[in-house]
Amino acid sequence: MADRITLTKSDRMSVALRSTFLQGSWNYERMQNGGWCYAMIPAIKRLYKTEEDRIAALKRHLEFFNTHPYVASPILGVTLALEEEKANGATVEDSAINGVKVGMMGPIAGVGDPVFWFTVRPILGALGASLAMTGNILGPILFFVLWNIIRFGFMWYTQEFGYKVGTEITKDLSGGLLGKITKGASILGMFVLGALVDRWVSVSFTPVVSKVTLAEGAYIDWASITGDAAGIQNAITQYASGLALTPEKVTTLQDNLNTLIPGFAGLILTLICCKLLKKNVSPIMIIVALFVIGIVFHVIGLM
Amino acid sequence: MSVVSMILVIIVAFLAGMEGILDEFQFHQPLVACTLIGLVTGNLTAGIILGGTLQMMALGWANIGAAVAPDAALASVASAIILVLSGQGVKGVSTAIAVAIPLAVAGLFLTMICRTLAVPMVHFMDAAAEKGNMKAIEFWQLAAIAMQGLRIAIPAACLLVIPSEVVANFLNSMPAWLTDGMAIGGGMVVAVGYAMVINMMATAEVWPFFAIGFCLAAVSDLTLIALGAIGISIALVYLKLSEAAASGGGVGNGGTGDPLGDILDDYE
Repeated sequence: MADRITLTKSDRMSVALRSTFLQGSWNYERMQNGGWCYAMIPAIKRLYKTEEDRIAALKRHLEFFNTHPYVASPILGVTLALEEEKANGATVEDSAINGVKVGMMGPIAGVGDPVFWFTVRPILGALGASLAMTGNILGPILFFVLWNIIRFGFMWYTQEFGYKVGTEITKDLSGGLLGKITKGASILGMFVLGALVDRWVSVSFTPVVSKVTLAEGAYIDWASITGDAAGIQNAITQYASGLALTPEKVTTLQDNLNTLIPGFAGLILTLICCKLLKKNVSPIMIIVALFVIGIVFHVIGLM
Repeated sequence: MSVVSMILVIIVAFLAGMEGILDEFQFHQPLVACTLIGLVTGNLTAGIILGGTLQMMALGWANIGAAVAPDAALASVASAIILVLSGQGVKGVSTAIAVAIPLAVAGLFLTMICRTLAVPMVHFMDAAAEKGNMKAIEFWQLAAIAMQGLRIAIPAACLLVIPSEVVANFLNSMPAWLTDGMAIGGGMVVAVGYAMVINMMATAEVWPFFAIGFCLAAVSDLTLIALGAIGISIALVYLKLSEAAASGGGVGNGGTGDPLGDILDDYE
């Protein structure tokens, strides 16, 4: 078959670049259909020369579609392979093409969400944010550059992979690999979330639980400290040797909670949020409520 | 603020709005959007710190199915503009965030309007497909994206034309108990984003990893990179061991012979 029409590498690259806009016309009726069709246009132009073939192809690719925007790439790859077969005279029914699209989008979206939204983004985001909170410009730069390298690398190579293996990919991905990636991402994601909850959910109770008057000699006797540099040095030395700053040992509720494990209150708060969300309480409601609680508790001196 | 800065802010807002739906380059993430607005208005450091702080809250906000999270794009852009107009620099970060979160919630309404308006747009695409008019399909796709950009650019422009004294006076007139209380609330709001993510991923099998992560994070010597490395190692070890256990168990490793069915089972 000398006159076989094939998609060139630049056709495939332009499909990959256009798939960046996959969600641009996201709508309540057919979700990502417009973006999908938009991405397929370079391939349709290459493969079909007659007006009616092109119309049929355009309509075929305006059907309902919705998945995670990055894992759409392997599905695009497979679809490109199928369309190429069809354009070269193989009997590939429209329903087969849509069947592959719809069949792949569900399970494969189940990979995209935990991997990208719940593992890579929180990790890179937390890394960037923790640098940024100290005013370091590297934070945002690191986040932006690493994210986009990972994203476009993933999109291009999985699309190529899909294109090469064609229909085989469906079998392959629904085999062990898909399950493993998802599980690995969930494990890493949960681990990181645990760490983030500990480090970044800040709940601090201020009520004083106990005030114990310390024995003389257990605290710094400020009357004997002189106001010059030597005095400051003396005070710091005493503090470093374990003497308390005040004659009374003040224990707040927070100190008590922290002896259980640091961040305990934040953990409880997070678990309560999980419960509420499971009961279909809107996250927006919870956020508003937390602000109200913050203000009220602060005013009554609890936080 | 100079006219050039204003135009640049609106461009950043437009990019953030586009990305709020596309979710590709991440211009709508606070870390990027706040930094860019800080950069174009000459408040780079304050912008970076604001971005980092807001990013921590927004880590779990994601566009998944029907789940609603506050609009990160509007939160980032609005809080950055408010911070710049208030002229308080780094000090104003927590107040700017407290003001921006209600706006982010309001932003959801704009998102819904845009997603509804996109329905007639894809009908125009249908009509164009009927005629084989690819240019028109491309036009409507790009028009839809531009509409999403305007969703954030227009509110940003509105915030910009409010005189900065009004913003500053408004922020200064807020009593300390209110701003402090909102800052405390802001510290807790982070939990909601994490809870959303946890609910998506949690199964009995992976809860222990959450506990390990939580306890290890209390060791303040461990940086996030170190924690990440530990997490990856644990995940790899676990996968390897469960694989070994499955093959060692011989027949009946839980598979039903229907790979897709097994995966669906795993999602329950």
